[in-house]
Amino acid sequence: MIDLNKIAKIKNNESISLKDIAIIDYEEFSHIVIELLKQPENHCLSYFAYKSNDNLQFIMAVGDDKNHNILLLSHLLKSDEKPELESLTKEIFALHIFEREIHENFGINFIEHPWLKPVRFANNRANKEMQINDYPFYSIKSEELHEVGVGPIHAGVIEPGHFRFICNGENVLHLEIQLGWQHRGIEKLFLDKENNLQRNLLAENIAGDTAIGHTTAFAQTIEALAGKQLGKQRHIERALALELERIAIHTGDISALCTDIAYHFGSNVFGILRTAIINFMQFWSGNRFGKSLIRVGGTHLPFTEELKVELLDVLSKYEKQFEEMVYITFRLPSVQNRFDFIGIVSPEQARTIGTVGLSARMSQIERDIRVSHPNFAYQEFPYETITAERGDVFARFLLKKKEIRKSISWIRNVMENYNFDASQNEKPDYQLKLKPSSFAISLVEAWRGEVCHCAITDEAGKLKHYKIKDPSMHNWKALELSLRNVEISDFPINNKSYNLSYCGHDL
Amino acid sequence: MFKIIKAIYHNGKQYIPDLRNVKLRPPFRGRPEISTAKVDEQALAKICPTGAIGTNPISIDLGKCAFCGECAFAFPEKIKFTQDYRTSSNIREDLIIKEGETNPIRVDSNSIRNEVKKIFGKSLKLRQVSAGGDNSCEWELGAAGNANFDMSRYGIEFTASPRHSDGIVVTGPITENMAEPLRIAYDAIPEPKLFILCGIDAISGGLFADSQAIDRSILNDIKVDLYIPGNPSHPLTIVNAILDLTRNSNK
Repeated sequence: MIDLNKIAKIKNNESISLKDIAIIDYEEFSHIVIELLKQPENHCLSYFAYKSNDNLQFIMAVGDDKNHNILLLSHLLKSDEKPELESLTKEIFALHIFEREIHENFGINFIEHPWLKPVRFANNRANKEMQINDYPFYSIKSEELHEVGVGPIHAGVIEPGHFRFICNGENVLHLEIQLGWQHRGIEKLFLDKENNLQRNLLAENIAGDTAIGHTTAFAQTIEALAGKQLGKQRHIERALALELERIAIHTGDISALCTDIAYHFGSNVFGILRTAIINFMQFWSGNRFGKSLIRVGGTHLPFTEELKVELLDVLSKYEKQFEEMVYITFRLPSVQNRFDFIGIVSPEQARTIGTVGLSARMSQIERDIRVSHPNFAYQEFPYETITAERGDVFARFLLKKKEIRKSISWIRNVMENYNFDASQNEKPDYQLKLKPSSFAISLVEAWRGEVCHCAITDEAGKLKHYKIKDPSMHNWKALELSLRNVEISDFPINNKSYNLSYCGHDL
Repeated sequence: MFKIIKAIYHNGKQYIPDLRNVKLRPPFRGRPEISTAKVDEQALAKICPTGAIGTNPISIDLGKCAFCGECAFAFPEKIKFTQDYRTSSNIREDLIIKEGETNPIRVDSNSIRNEVKKIFGKSLKLRQVSAGGDNSCEWELGAAGNANFDMSRYGIEFTASPRHSDGIVVTGPITENMAEPLRIAYDAIPEPKLFILCGIDAISGGLFADSQAIDRSILNDIKVDLYIPGNPSHPLTIVNAILDLTRNSNK
């Protein structure tokens, strides 16, 4: 049993003074982390390092999903110590990506890490000798196998990434995904930018398809650091926008999956249904993706009773057509036949690699920030997680449909029971004064899964470190596993069923 | 079978008949207009998170403007965003709107290469390359081809291979890591070819202009045929821009 008393504990969207996060030696840190993460109710939210007076300080945030707590652990590597640490990935595989990232950025050698490869060829990486074309791909020597390389530029209008398949005939034995092409140096820009409005816009552009998710996480992180309490209405608006984003993208994904199996009727109708939702976003915020809606400290564009009338009207039309089309599509043998039992990730695999969000829920794992670490809106209007069973393409297809329904009923519940008050009108505040030497964390369940933003301030209350984690960081591994022993021609439907973020991963 | 026919009937006609003249509702932010009212110019310029506002006289560079609307929220008497979505041009300077200007932005037909309208006027196949795009411009380029905007009615489509295409549409600030693949894709397109920048990140680097992780050197030796502003660009902006560049009726 480990003694949890000396571990700092906070809730979602809270800050803590850095001195209250105990720095323990690495051996003890490893012991506690392994003990914690072996329990299924805990998972690692973020693990990163930052320079602190020439030393390297490491912080790990572990989510205790049952008790709604976030546990903070820290260890230090002094500048005169050898830059190497025993890898924890051997014990807890879900940590692989975090250790790889720290290795890439600071050159720390994680001893016996099974897959210590570059993550994104970041501009501020430790080893500048290695370029993106030098990525060390896994290969198998055999006369019977061949390799297929796809990308970075793909056939569709999508973002770049390189996929390397090792195939035995039509069957894929192994897929390795190499990312980094989209790296724009966002985390560094968060520190370089002059004010919180610029950072606010940057957050909107971390991943444009998750503009609401990332911007909400950013705003909540800064508000936590400033000790700013927002009114109820702002929280509810943000959650409302988040659910609309989820409905829009899931509908777009269902449409795209229909496209990939040449079911044009479904592709057409679901595509149009997505337009209805994002056009409502445009009517609310002026932008189809909701950019400029979420702002630190308040908003310029409050939700009103007039918008409520419009939204209820849009939703009832949407729902009618959606249900009609769902009835046809999900019963169609040619659709079922293409999606059933393709690209299975078992619950054990999904848990081992630390998937989050929809990619976890497709395999019976109830991982959902709205339930495990809810903010005000989801405490007031609770959300119940839904899961699928099989972890195949059809499970992901089905779950998107179910989550759309669930989000609509959540929105209806809010619309019926909450009166939007025009007098509650907090304007954005870009001059918020941040607490010095503090750490803050914000978790948001965006449509792909949990978005996690962490920020650290220096003695003067200026941002010293900003860490972003998009759910795709965990979930790309699930796509790799999905492809094992699957025909290579089934890659597009697998890829689309996850619809992971390249720019959110590459930052 | 009956259910399918019913669903088709309920789906109805979804295409927008006239993409040139759609009335968008506020708060959609299209081409801004700057009044001649006197305001604190320095304060106004300082608000802009992307540095799009210039002073003396006050101007807004749509190649940098994220259409966030912060300037209009702070100085409503000075800046107003209209719902005019036709904001694209083939001349970079024409994207800069000055105080008192209310004329629409149009593609300058005199500076279009001779062969463009002749060769691409009836059919245009484009290759899209995202070079650090945030996936919102990419979604909107895709949406330009959906059943609502239906760009393919004009013979404009995206192709899978640069070898089958007549030009390239770049989104994103052009990351260091994508600079080479973008060059390879561009070189693979047969002449004559178009080079189109879509979104403020592509046009000016946008929010990422100061990042060390981007490499925009490819723009030094390629002439840009079309600039499509926006963050992201609206599908209507995209389709109209391409039509203005390649079609004769430049209404």
